[in-house]
Amino acid sequence: MDGAPVGRRVFLGLLGAGAAGILWGANAQRWLEQRIGPYLAKDGTGLSGFLPIGRFRIYSVTGSMPHRDRDEYRLRVGGLVDQPLTLTYRDLRAMTPTGLTRDFQCVTGWRVYSVPWKGVRLGDVLDRAGVQAGAKALRFTSFDGAYSESLTLKQARRDDVLVAYELEGEELSDAHGGPVRLYVAPMYGYKSIKWLDEIEVTDKVVPGYWQERGYDVDAWVGRSNNRDDNAP
Amino acid sequence: MTTQVDREARTTIPRFDRVERAAHWTTAVLFGVLMLTGAVLYAGPFSALFGRRELFRQVHTYAGLLLPAPVLLALVSRRGAQLRRDLGRLNRWSQDDARWFGRRNRARPGRLDLGKFNPGQKLNATFFGAAILVMLATGSIMRWFEPFPNDWRTGATFVHDWFALGIWLAVLGHIYFAIRDPIALRGMTRGDVTPYWARTERPAWYREVVGDAPRSTAATRR
Repeated sequence: MDGAPVGRRVFLGLLGAGAAGILWGANAQRWLEQRIGPYLAKDGTGLSGFLPIGRFRIYSVTGSMPHRDRDEYRLRVGGLVDQPLTLTYRDLRAMTPTGLTRDFQCVTGWRVYSVPWKGVRLGDVLDRAGVQAGAKALRFTSFDGAYSESLTLKQARRDDVLVAYELEGEELSDAHGGPVRLYVAPMYGYKSIKWLDEIEVTDKVVPGYWQERGYDVDAWVGRSNNRDDNAP
Repeated sequence: MTTQVDREARTTIPRFDRVERAAHWTTAVLFGVLMLTGAVLYAGPFSALFGRRELFRQVHTYAGLLLPAPVLLALVSRRGAQLRRDLGRLNRWSQDDARWFGRRNRARPGRLDLGKFNPGQKLNATFFGAAILVMLATGSIMRWFEPFPNDWRTGATFVHDWFALGIWLAVLGHIYFAIRDPIALRGMTRGDVTPYWARTERPAWYREVVGDAPRSTAATRR
């Protein structure tokens, strides 16, 4: 047939762009967010929300979006503790706040750069309840009725593990796991359980929702799920 | 005496055969499923509305794995000769194809001697062909992420997102142009077009199908 094979060139060009994007897309995304992000923040139409720049994906494993009013919210802390606690949203707000700004990394790949969080250290909550000897781990459950997670006691006492109530300067919305969620900075997103309902201190690690579906229990970013590189 | 127009009114010209149409419409349905489940997985408000992430993820994954199948099966099948031939047509660009982009009113190609596909259709088909492979590769990295470094996973997500945006625009554009040109659409639904459409919109293809006869009138006038 006559004519130049433009179709093949365009086809291969697109495949090349896709491959380059896999290799360097993480940098391109960071660049886009720094350059274009500030303008998008000023866009009043909301249309820019469709652009894939600097966004959280909203993960919910159940059929409806869980909701609890801040006034009615209670965080229960039980299990192997000296004094079981029932903390209100106001109780948590009254404790010493801690802010953290970190990249949020999902195990499947999406990443949001420099996300500011605010909450109280999980270790402070544990101290208030008094962890008993023989305790080894924590089991977290969500009021979505399905999700659960775990941490070892040592992980839980890190300074970058928060019981969080603010994201990007705003109170946590339902979609982001409000009123209160966990934020485990050094681990993949699935450890940061949303709609936090109960913390149970246990004598061993109980695998959570995604662990039963094949994910690692210790979810260090870059050092788990078959990888061993750039740990934070 | 029968005029040329009378003859044209009663006959039609076959454009896409059964194999091509079956491949097109199964791919279209899969694209529809992928775009809708993809929107639920990607866009916060939809995710919030529907939840059930695991279910949508599974449907999206299986539909995605199936996506290349219809066209590939049609290409290798014994009855896929016309599709294989059309693939060659989509690849090759003539001088008039290049001129088409300079036209202000591309819907009326006028004296441009276009073949079976206009350049827009060629780009559209090429884009979808490449996009299917890119989405399959990046989607697989996102779904079976374990062997890949975090930067690759993030890069694959980045590519998947932007190509998805491109696919949405291309699909909406594709449907818009199909609705604007009902005869062209009929080529993909019933499989045939009117000779008038073929003669005015795709003259080079028309001559190829019916022979050079109609051109003789033009020739005598000259």
